[in-house]
Amino acid sequence: MVATLTRVFGVHNLALAEDVVQDAFCRALEVWKFRGVPENPSAWLLATAKNRALDVLRRQRTAHTFAPELGRLLDSEWTLAPAVEELFAANAIKDDLLRMMFSCCQPRLAEEAQVALILNILCGFSANEIASAFVSSHAAIEKRITRAKKLLATSKRLFDVAAPAEFAARLPAVHRALYLLFNEGYHGASAENAVRAELCHEAMRLAALLLEHPLGATPATYALSALMCLNAARLPARVDVSGKLTSLFDQDRSLWDRKLKAEGIRLLELAATGCELTEYHLEAAIASVHARAPRAEDTDWAAIVSLYDTLMLERPSPVVALNRAIAIAQRDGPERGLEAIDAIEDRDRLAGYPFYPAALGELELRRGRQKIARKHFLAALALARNPMERRFLQQRVGACQRGDPPQTAILESANRLQGEVTS
Amino acid sequence: MSEFTFLFRGSDPTAQSPEEMQKSMQKWLVWFKELGEKGHIKYPGHPLERTGKVVKGKQKSVHDGPYAEAKDIVNGFTLIEAENLPHAVELSKGCPILEVGGSVEVRPIRILDM
Repeated sequence: MVATLTRVFGVHNLALAEDVVQDAFCRALEVWKFRGVPENPSAWLLATAKNRALDVLRRQRTAHTFAPELGRLLDSEWTLAPAVEELFAANAIKDDLLRMMFSCCQPRLAEEAQVALILNILCGFSANEIASAFVSSHAAIEKRITRAKKLLATSKRLFDVAAPAEFAARLPAVHRALYLLFNEGYHGASAENAVRAELCHEAMRLAALLLEHPLGATPATYALSALMCLNAARLPARVDVSGKLTSLFDQDRSLWDRKLKAEGIRLLELAATGCELTEYHLEAAIASVHARAPRAEDTDWAAIVSLYDTLMLERPSPVVALNRAIAIAQRDGPERGLEAIDAIEDRDRLAGYPFYPAALGELELRRGRQKIARKHFLAALALARNPMERRFLQQRVGACQRGDPPQTAILESANRLQGEVTS
Repeated sequence: MSEFTFLFRGSDPTAQSPEEMQKSMQKWLVWFKELGEKGHIKYPGHPLERTGKVVKGKQKSVHDGPYAEAKDIVNGFTLIEAENLPHAVELSKGCPILEVGGSVEVRPIRILDM
C-alpha cells in the first residue's frame, strides 16, 4: 500500500504515504472494534487508504507537488479521482511493488539498508520484527531505516521499471537483496521463529513478482527462485519435533515439501538458458543434488564438489571454501577434508563463525580423535549465536565424551558470512 | 430488561502504535463478542471522530469542538440491554478502554411505558 501511495504522492513524500497507510489502518481498527472485522479486511484497508489519499491530495494540492509524472492528472478535479482509482487497480499495484523494490535497491544504500527498507516498506515489518530477525537493536534498525528513507526521499521520482537498460543494470542489486532477505530467514543468526520463516516467504513472493515481469524473468531470476524453493522445501524437516536443529544429513527427508522441490527443479530447468552462469545457478544446482537424493547416503558428493569448485571460481569466499571442504570429506574421507580446510587461504575470516570449528570437530571426531574434536566443539559452542545452535553444539560436545560412533552431523551452512556479501 | 447506553471516553486511540492498536482491537472484539453472545447488545454503536462542531444557543452559533480534555472526549457509544443499572455497570467493567486510562459512562435510557 505504501508502494502505491508513494507512486501517487511521489517518492519525496514517502513519509506522507506511510502516514496515510497508518492512518487508514488505525481508523479501520477503530471501526472494527465496534462493528467486527469485515470479511475482506485488506480490500477495506485499501479502499480507506484510497479515500484518504484523495483527501490529502485535494487538501494539499496547492501546498505540495506530488508525483511529477502524474502532476497534471492529479491537479484537476476531473482527472483526480479516476487517476487515483487506476493507480489502485490490482495490476498497477504489482508494478508499484516492483518499482518500490527497485527504488529500495538504490546503489547509494548499503545492502543491509536495502534489505531493511524492503522489509519495512514492502513487507510491512516493524522495526522490532526486523531487529529480531537481524539480531540487532530496535534503535539501530530504526536509525538504519530512517536514514535510508531520507536518502530515498531525495530522489525525484521512483525507479522507472519500463526502461530496459536501467532495469537490467539494477536487477543484480535486487537479486542480491532478495537473496540476503531469504538467507536471513533461512540461515540467520536469530533463533528459529515465525518471523524467520516469514522472511523466506516474503523473499519468495517478491522473487515470484519479479518473474512475472517480462524484463525481470531472466535466467538469474529463475535460478534465484529455484534456489529459494529448493531450500524452503527442506524447512519443515530442519527442526525436529522437540525443537532441535537437525542437520541436512539426519533430516527426515519424507518431511521435505515435495511441491516446492518440484517447483524448484522446474525453475532451475527454466534458468538453464542463455550463457549466463550466476552463483544462484550454482547454489540452486547444489541444492538440487541434495533434493534428488532420497537418502543422505545417496548424495552425489562428486557432483557437489565440482559445483563448489565452480562456485569458488565465480564468487570465492571462505565459507564457500569451507562447504567445499566438507563435501570433499564426504567424498574422500575426513583426512582429505581437513587438508582442504587447511588450504583455505583466508580462513582467519572464519574466526567468528561457529560452523568453522564445528566442521573441524566433526572431521576430527570422524577420524577418531575425540579429545581434539571436543576442543573444537567447545570453541564452536562459545561462538554459538542462538539457543538452537548452542543446543546442537552441546550435543556434539557430549558425543565426543561418550565416544559415540561418529555421525555425519554437520549443519548445512550459508554460503556467505553475515556482512560478507558487501565485499 | 432495560436499555442503557455506554459512552466511551478516553484519549485518542489512534495515537497508539499499530501493534498496540491491533492488540487493543482484539480485546474489544473479545469483549463485544461475549456481550453479543449473551444477548446484551441492542446496537453495537460506532466510534466517533474526536472533533466536529458544537451548535449553541438561540443564535445557533457554530463552534469548532468539543474542546474538552482529551480524556473527557466521548469517542464511541453502544446500546446495551441489562437487568438493571448495577447489572449494566458490571457488564461495563470488561471494557478494554478501562485498561488504558479511559472511562465508561453507563446511562439508563429513559423509556416511558405507554
